[in-house]
Amino acid sequence: MLEVALSFVVILVVFLVLPLIIGQTEHKVMAHMQSRLGPMYAGRFHGWAQLIADGVKFAQKEDIVPAAADRRVFMIAPAVALIPYLVVLIVIPIDRDRVAVDLDLGLFFVLAVMGIGVLGSIMAGWASGNKYSVLGGMRSAAQLMSYELPLVLAASSVAMAAGTLSLPGIVEAWQWWWLPWQAIGAVVFFLAGLAELRRPPFDMPIAESEIIMGPMTEYTGMRFALFMLSEYAGIVVLSFLTTVLFLGGWHGPFLPGWLWTLLKVFLLAFVVIWFRVTYPRLREDQLQRLAWAVLVPLSLAQLALTGVVKVLT
Amino acid sequence: MARIPGVGLAKGLSITLRHMLRKSVTQQYPEVKPDLPPRSRGVIALVEENCTSCMLCARECPDWCIYIDSHKETIPAPEGGRPRQRNVLDRFAIDFALCMYCGICIEVCPFDALFWSPEFEYAEGDIRNLLYEKDNLASWAQTVPPPPAHDPGAERPKELTAAPKRPARTPAAQRPRAGTPAAEAPSAATGGSAEEPASGTSETGPAAPPSSTPGGRPRRPMSNVRGIRPPGALPATPQSGDSAEQPGPDDTGTETPSSTGQQRPDELSTASGEPQPKPEPEEQTSAASHRRRRMTDPRSIRPPGRLGPDEPKESEEDS
Repeated sequence: MLEVALSFVVILVVFLVLPLIIGQTEHKVMAHMQSRLGPMYAGRFHGWAQLIADGVKFAQKEDIVPAAADRRVFMIAPAVALIPYLVVLIVIPIDRDRVAVDLDLGLFFVLAVMGIGVLGSIMAGWASGNKYSVLGGMRSAAQLMSYELPLVLAASSVAMAAGTLSLPGIVEAWQWWWLPWQAIGAVVFFLAGLAELRRPPFDMPIAESEIIMGPMTEYTGMRFALFMLSEYAGIVVLSFLTTVLFLGGWHGPFLPGWLWTLLKVFLLAFVVIWFRVTYPRLREDQLQRLAWAVLVPLSLAQLALTGVVKVLT
Repeated sequence: MARIPGVGLAKGLSITLRHMLRKSVTQQYPEVKPDLPPRSRGVIALVEENCTSCMLCARECPDWCIYIDSHKETIPAPEGGRPRQRNVLDRFAIDFALCMYCGICIEVCPFDALFWSPEFEYAEGDIRNLLYEKDNLASWAQTVPPPPAHDPGAERPKELTAAPKRPARTPAAQRPRAGTPAAEAPSAATGGSAEEPASGTSETGPAAPPSSTPGGRPRRPMSNVRGIRPPGALPATPQSGDSAEQPGPDDTGTETPSSTGQQRPDELSTASGEPQPKPEPEEQTSAASHRRRRMTDPRSIRPPGRLGPDEPKESEEDS
């Protein structure tokens, strides 16, 4: 019992710290990719405390609820967006036998709970009483509909290969040659996950230049900060999941297992940032076409491939 | 269209990655001062001694942001001459809240009293404090950089190409008889190359420091001299004075009778840089640029008409 409580505390700390580290990395990486320096002053050394300063700023701001808003829904929406990612972390293994709760249905649980996160932005969009927010919320819903399918198909391919839905079980069964075998599934899973997070190549729902942050238009202060935190927590969770499902989690030479997991997570987070800097936003129709005409067929092909190899071996 | 799907995407990724590994171009401004080119339009500096309050700048200013107040002083007649009037500058102010940095005032100033300075850190908390009076404007004159050298194959500056008329006129007046041939020789020798202005400045360099050091004192006399002999009076001097020296004593005598003896040498020495330029324009430009390099110098730029007292000096230099 004590052990479970302790692991929950660790998870909470990880959940609060990793998004900050990734956010800071995004500041600096994005700046240097654009030949800038990024934050340089907060905390004296290369602006390492920039996000802490941002947090202080957010905490000081007034919490405004628009008169036309659906008050209660408006206020709980950020929590709905944020908490699923915290819950998902519970079942993700960091090292061999290092998992808070070893669920037999781990993968199913993860996919189900991650789907709830999107509800937060739909709620926020509807409850704000703002046409831009409604547009953004509807786009979120459309994006969730179309990208959940390839995400689940790609994940089920791994589950087929491993013969289990338990995340530690999947990592345990992982072999190095799964990398080429599941490569298509990995790419599809990662892209679909990005789209579900509404990260920049797929950030049509929040598109600040046309619908002004979409569902977040009316949010200020801490509630807005919670939305931002959920975005970065989403990156952490997506990177963890891709690592665990496709990159073999703690498997790796020389280094201890948990370090391998973290290394792979940071590598994937870097790729997320890299995509954000490099690619312009997809139009709404391009977004849908990519999901239905590219990712779904690819994931089906991956499923077929997995089945054929599974039967042959 | 790329043959292999995704080539364009990969190219985009490689570009951003390469930019990340390259050094970023940001200059951290308060710590690292920007390296501004010499012709940057930062602020307008005033060389008060050169200003005749002719009002040209104020009238040409599209924003009407230059305020000039002046009054006329009558200078008692030298000996037997009629009393002259000169303008004394009371106030010269530029409202940088209105100024649009077009630079027309600087271009239009006939006496080199206004200069661009690249100084730009004069932000104020109150818009009314952006009205800078002449002492502020004069303090910026210290920051005016030397003008950049001409490009190697560039067209020759207007001052040089327009010049040949001048010497033609001066011999007629029989002024620089001794000076002209001697002065022409160096100019002809140095004439073609772009380096030559630099060499010219270096030559005048040794001559100038003495002028500048006493220049602290003679500044006032200089302004007086200018007041006495406005550019329009130039043709008059050759007529009145057979010898070149005559105007010199006149000037000093009229202005400050008491200190005549002391100041005259100074004046002559400051003038020493200039006499050569007169007959030959090439040196004049070089001398002027040299002036600008050290900041006290803009003040010693004379209006074009001023010739007289320098001549003896010039001969000295030649010898």
